[in-house]
Amino acid sequence: MSYFLLFFSAAIVNNFVLSYFLGICPFVGVSKKVSSAVSMGMAVTFVMLITAVVTWLIYHLILVPFDLVILQYVSFILVIASLVQLVEMFIRKVSKPLYDTLGIFLPLITTNCAILGLALFSVLRDYAFLESVVFGLGAGAGFTLALVIMAGIREELELAPVPKYFQGAGITMIVAGGLALAFMGFAGMI
Amino acid sequence: MSSKISPLAEFTKGIWKDNPVMASLLGLCPVLAVTNAAMNGLAMGLATTFVLVTSSLIISALRNFIPHQVRIAGYIVIIATFVTVADRFLAAFMPDISASLGPYIPLIVVNCLILGRQEAFSSKNGIGRSLLDSLGMGIGFTLVLITLGVIREILGSGSIFGAAIMGDWFTPWMVMILPPGAFLTLGILIALANWFNDPSSSLTSPRSKDKGAAS
Repeated sequence: MSYFLLFFSAAIVNNFVLSYFLGICPFVGVSKKVSSAVSMGMAVTFVMLITAVVTWLIYHLILVPFDLVILQYVSFILVIASLVQLVEMFIRKVSKPLYDTLGIFLPLITTNCAILGLALFSVLRDYAFLESVVFGLGAGAGFTLALVIMAGIREELELAPVPKYFQGAGITMIVAGGLALAFMGFAGMI
Repeated sequence: MSSKISPLAEFTKGIWKDNPVMASLLGLCPVLAVTNAAMNGLAMGLATTFVLVTSSLIISALRNFIPHQVRIAGYIVIIATFVTVADRFLAAFMPDISASLGPYIPLIVVNCLILGRQEAFSSKNGIGRSLLDSLGMGIGFTLVLITLGVIREILGSGSIFGAAIMGDWFTPWMVMILPPGAFLTLGILIALANWFNDPSSSLTSPRSKDKGAAS
């Protein structure tokens, strides 16, 4: 598969959020304002890119040669947790406002299924090094896209007369359903 | 923190009042991803309950030995270990289910529900209470998964646990076993739960339900 197709497939056709349900927690939690959605998306994309590189190296250079594949989950999640810690320290140093916006959600990237899912899918599909990097970029872009669209809709929803019992989580799920339906339109393109 | 409530309440709170999915929107990824059939929901619920209970036991037993600064990393390693156990077990004894759940079994590692319970409960309570709490939460989680799975399987494939129950007249709603069906069904279930919890609708503000969004 060409790199462009791989990117396009990860970002749009098989969107991580809307067709694999990875990263639903931040998708529901941080999608109230477009600005914070954009920064969350960037943070996730950044972590995804590094994760794709590091976990590929660990899997193919350490786990496989030493026959330690059973430690795959433990080692992946440890690497991701420390990467997130690094990114958090970096952002706090560089941009205080950004750090305040993302607040408690930065540490939560650790338990963002999309990150670990990315690492697992790369292994499962046997991607070569460059492929898994492109896959990481595409997945990050797709996550950001879904998050930003959702935030845009939710900003408008503030003004909409939502039925009482659907307010909050209920309507968010229904809107996400509509979005997933729309993204299904891309199915079959690849 | 909650040492005042009775052991029974500790157990039952996870099933309805503080249900991890309905009340706090935790662990939504597997809830939405694997519930296209009731059997998958059941298997996922049991696997998650196993990991939740075993890691709660270990973490509550070790809670005074784990240094505060590295506790999250410690919890995650413990959780990942039990997930590996569950994953190998399913692959060895139930290869069909293991194949249909695919990467969602390893993804139990990052299920916010599990880490959330360790941080909020097991790290502060004894072994007995942690066992009750995690069992209750696990059962509550499994019940939601089965409910969603049953609804989606009936509407999407006209069967329940793999046995066809709808007659020939029934045209399966394909969309229910596809991703949009998961979101729509869960949205409607959450609204139903809100309605059920709030019969005297005019008194309480519905906004008060909008809390667990920070999952």
